[in-house]
Amino acid sequence: MTAPILRLTGVRKRFGDTEVLRGIDLDVHEHEVVALIGASGSGKSTLLRTINLLEQLDDGQIFLGELDISDPRISADAARGRIGVVFQHYNLFPHLSVLDNVTLASRRVHRIPRAEAERKALALLDGIGLGDKAKEFPDRLSGGQQQRAAIVRAIATDPELLLLDEVTSALDPELVGEVLELIRSLKASGTTIVMATHEMAFARDVADRVVFLDQGVIAEQGPPAQLFGSPREDRTRAFLARFAERTA
Amino acid sequence: MSTTSTSTAPTGAPPPSAVELDRRLYRKRQTTRSVLISVVSTAAVAVIAWAFVLNTPGWARVQQTFFDPAVAVEAWPRVFEGLLLNIRVLIVAAIGVLIVSILLAAARTLRGAIFFPLRALAAGYTDLFRGMPLIIVLYLVGFGLPGLGVFPRMPPEFWGTIALILVYSAYVSEVFRAGIEAVHPSQRLAARGLGLSHYQTLRLVILPQAVRKVTPALMNDFVAMQKDVGLISVLGAVDAVRAAQIETALTYNFTPYVLAGLLFVLLALPMIRLTDWYSARIRRREQVGSIV
Repeated sequence: MTAPILRLTGVRKRFGDTEVLRGIDLDVHEHEVVALIGASGSGKSTLLRTINLLEQLDDGQIFLGELDISDPRISADAARGRIGVVFQHYNLFPHLSVLDNVTLASRRVHRIPRAEAERKALALLDGIGLGDKAKEFPDRLSGGQQQRAAIVRAIATDPELLLLDEVTSALDPELVGEVLELIRSLKASGTTIVMATHEMAFARDVADRVVFLDQGVIAEQGPPAQLFGSPREDRTRAFLARFAERTA
Repeated sequence: MSTTSTSTAPTGAPPPSAVELDRRLYRKRQTTRSVLISVVSTAAVAVIAWAFVLNTPGWARVQQTFFDPAVAVEAWPRVFEGLLLNIRVLIVAAIGVLIVSILLAAARTLRGAIFFPLRALAAGYTDLFRGMPLIIVLYLVGFGLPGLGVFPRMPPEFWGTIALILVYSAYVSEVFRAGIEAVHPSQRLAARGLGLSHYQTLRLVILPQAVRKVTPALMNDFVAMQKDVGLISVLGAVDAVRAAQIETALTYNFTPYVLAGLLFVLLALPMIRLTDWYSARIRRREQVGSIV
């Protein structure tokens, strides 16, 4: 197997007295889709934000390829530019058109000429059926359309890694499908993805590996069939049972 | 364009029902009644005020000393020329205030230990100049700075403009800062997540949203500054106020002051109306479909 694209060793993060991440070791390989599951407060979002250096970690190391991006001597902005991130609440920039949202990082961080950035962005937007919304402002779009635009914004710069933080949690049930469909097509095109999710069926269907976080540590991980089908750990079983109860 | 188009039905829709027609008739009658009441009450207040002023014992002399048309005509060229100076000072000061206040507000948002002196300086600046009366700043800048002997000879309106920029930048920077803090933190996260630097995030994502949020407040500060430009007269600049003072000294009649005052009001009116219009537009946009 090739060297991992992302490697976490002993990652710890504390907010005040609460230790949210208590030593996370995780390897993610190219083209792999990893689903993070776990209860609210288990550290899924914090882990993603730490990987993207939006939170400063308290211990451990994060490698993106060969580079230790947790080293304060490297440029955090450059590292973030190599990682795409999509948030639960889309966080599109309301004062910019959809097209400008998508091209902002290409133009300003990666210094790609506007014409070229826009050609690529329009192709991507066309691909998900939002080509005619390119000149609209985000508040004219439905939640599902906004979230798909946010995903396109994150992949417009060809990041080596895409982080998805519960991207369907804020959507109406009938809009979830279109966003999941887009993620499925990203996987098909070989994008490396780490996603925190509550969509167990989707995780089971799309993920190559499922990682169960419990109280800041990885309690169990494995292929979806094994983790959902025959979990080894009691707490995984308990979590899945609670979850099935709630969504039933 | 109005969004309160409750009565315009799309073509092809059925005609309004009898109940709706009755409601519309009632609303129309109510509107007519309110307008009538307000017209009558306004007229009544005006008449009472007018009668009261006319019947004061000194009205005849006040009218002579403050509202003499002949004196106003006489003073007009000089006062108007002075007003042109006020307008020039206003334009330069407004541009200066925008630049300085954005820099101040940006300095106060910087994080990291290296920026502490800059942050502290900006905070101290806003404390000092929001506290100090404008007229004292005018004296200190207008008479103090030239006294140092290091600056070339400058007209008093130059120093007046500097003083105005110093004082108003302190206020306006706080308005900008409030706007910056009103932008949701998730916007900063999204921008930094894309790889934008702190400075790029501020310039491309945070400030454009902040400015939209505080535009009505900024316009209000501009209106306030519009009349405060008249204070540069204390430095000897011959602006509208100073010109009125000179005319008054010549004629022993205060009408030129009233004339200058009216000119300042006329100068401010467009901006006041524009501010109202803009605030109303924002309000309408934010409560689409609601009538309360």
